[in-house]
Amino acid sequence: MNKLINDPANVVSDALRGVADAHPDLRVDHEQRIVYRADSPVRGKVGLISGGGSGHEPLHAGFVGPGMLDAACAGEIFTSPVPDQMLAATKAVDGGAGVLHIVKNYTGDVMNFEMAAELAAAETKVAVASVVTDDDVAVQDSLYTAGRRGVGVTVLVEKIAGAAAEQGRSLAEVTDVARAVNANGRSMGMALTSCTVPAAGKPTFELPDGQMEIGIGIHGEPGRRRVPTASAAEVAEMLVGPILSDLDFTGGSGVIAFVNGMGATPMIELYVMYHEIATILAKAGVTVARTLVGSYITSLDMAGCSVTLVKADDEILGLWDAPVRTPALRW
Amino acid sequence: MTATVGTPALTAWIREFARLVAANRDLLTELDSAIGDADHGANLDRGMTAVRKALDGEEPGTPAMLLKRTGMTLISTVGGASGPLYGTAFLRMAAAAGDAGTLDAGDCARMLRAALDGVVARGKATAGDKTMYDALAPAVDALDAALAAGRELGEALKAAVRAAEEGTAATIPMIARKGRASYLGERSAGHQDPGATSVTLLLTAAATALADGV
Repeated sequence: MNKLINDPANVVSDALRGVADAHPDLRVDHEQRIVYRADSPVRGKVGLISGGGSGHEPLHAGFVGPGMLDAACAGEIFTSPVPDQMLAATKAVDGGAGVLHIVKNYTGDVMNFEMAAELAAAETKVAVASVVTDDDVAVQDSLYTAGRRGVGVTVLVEKIAGAAAEQGRSLAEVTDVARAVNANGRSMGMALTSCTVPAAGKPTFELPDGQMEIGIGIHGEPGRRRVPTASAAEVAEMLVGPILSDLDFTGGSGVIAFVNGMGATPMIELYVMYHEIATILAKAGVTVARTLVGSYITSLDMAGCSVTLVKADDEILGLWDAPVRTPALRW
Repeated sequence: MTATVGTPALTAWIREFARLVAANRDLLTELDSAIGDADHGANLDRGMTAVRKALDGEEPGTPAMLLKRTGMTLISTVGGASGPLYGTAFLRMAAAAGDAGTLDAGDCARMLRAALDGVVARGKATAGDKTMYDALAPAVDALDAALAAGRELGEALKAAVRAAEEGTAATIPMIARKGRASYLGERSAGHQDPGATSVTLLLTAAATALADGV
């Protein structure tokens, strides 16, 4: 394991020290491992908090700032934060308009956020709502599993709900927007290599030369099937095909197309992928209204990518275009 | 059946569990790598290390205080799914222990039954989902059956351990329907469940520490 770390046990704390040093407009509670926008709580604004295991940077701390999240709770690598963190963040970001928890559908995240919401109800008067993202079409048989995983759409939910909150909309309205984005979003990912969790010290899975995983999640949990490596054009088909057959993306105002790197894939490959994806979408009659290309929800040092499409209307696109000022997303 | 257990025996149980988790940390992580995200051993060890430190301070006065402190510490330090599940199990055991200073064999059985109910309520798992339930449920049933047959607590706990071991082995061919492993579908078959494995350690620790009573 070759990594730029001091001690596997301290990776998250050390990284949060760097976040604090690099971004003076964020405030970091090192004890609780929470990253706040410096001016929170914002009076009268719905507070948005998210969080999850670390190792997905810039998700979530990189999306804290005006127009997006008020706070992000950092868990251990690939392990959800604990209820104490979400409870502390909930209390701290409440500006009197309530707090929305944005939770990726992973059992640990869901349980810990649920417990935090229960504690908030018992201990405070803060109104708490939650949205659970579950956009991963790789997960089939959702009747028999814990449901689909929440992956790439989470970034778009945080951006769009963040804009709605910034406009001063109510907790119910912001929650509805967040749910609408999730309901209209689908993702599919793949891996060319495994990631290496620092505490484990070796790759989570072995991928023989010439093989890749299709339908992988964001934790190096194995995908649904292993296939021989193929060209970017073929991989694009394997990712976009299942997305398009799951939801009709034609019509509306078009889609927000998000091509995401898993951590170790360079931009040049993501643009190669984007071109193939755009070609498939054009052929399928899907209009691309907005794009996002880059590594925004990663899996440590895993190579690979994911595709997320969100079917949007003019309102959603307007919220997407609204100003945002965070370490990883700003316009 | 005269054995009763007090706070010192229960403390010994929790410390023995911490020792077994530390010793099996790599095994648990290895099992989790196959079907999950390779963190079960590290997470549980972090939590039980914190519990051990919490117990090094002031000695809890009653079983309930001990179990509650253990549960709260796990919830605050473990994260993932195992934090809420193990934390809830210990909090339910604390509630079941009530104000009693010592517990008899029947109390211990009710306590473990309460832990099982807590895991079910929090995790919404049932038999065959390939989770910690598949070890805990048969163990609790075996404990009840052994006590009903007039066995001593120590013997009954040994029966519970055997049932947990069998339950854990039975998770190998199962297809996961809960947790991260569920996303693998059929590919989760052929791997032993890490949660069922750690539950077996919990019961093994109980058989070691509670068998003699205090």
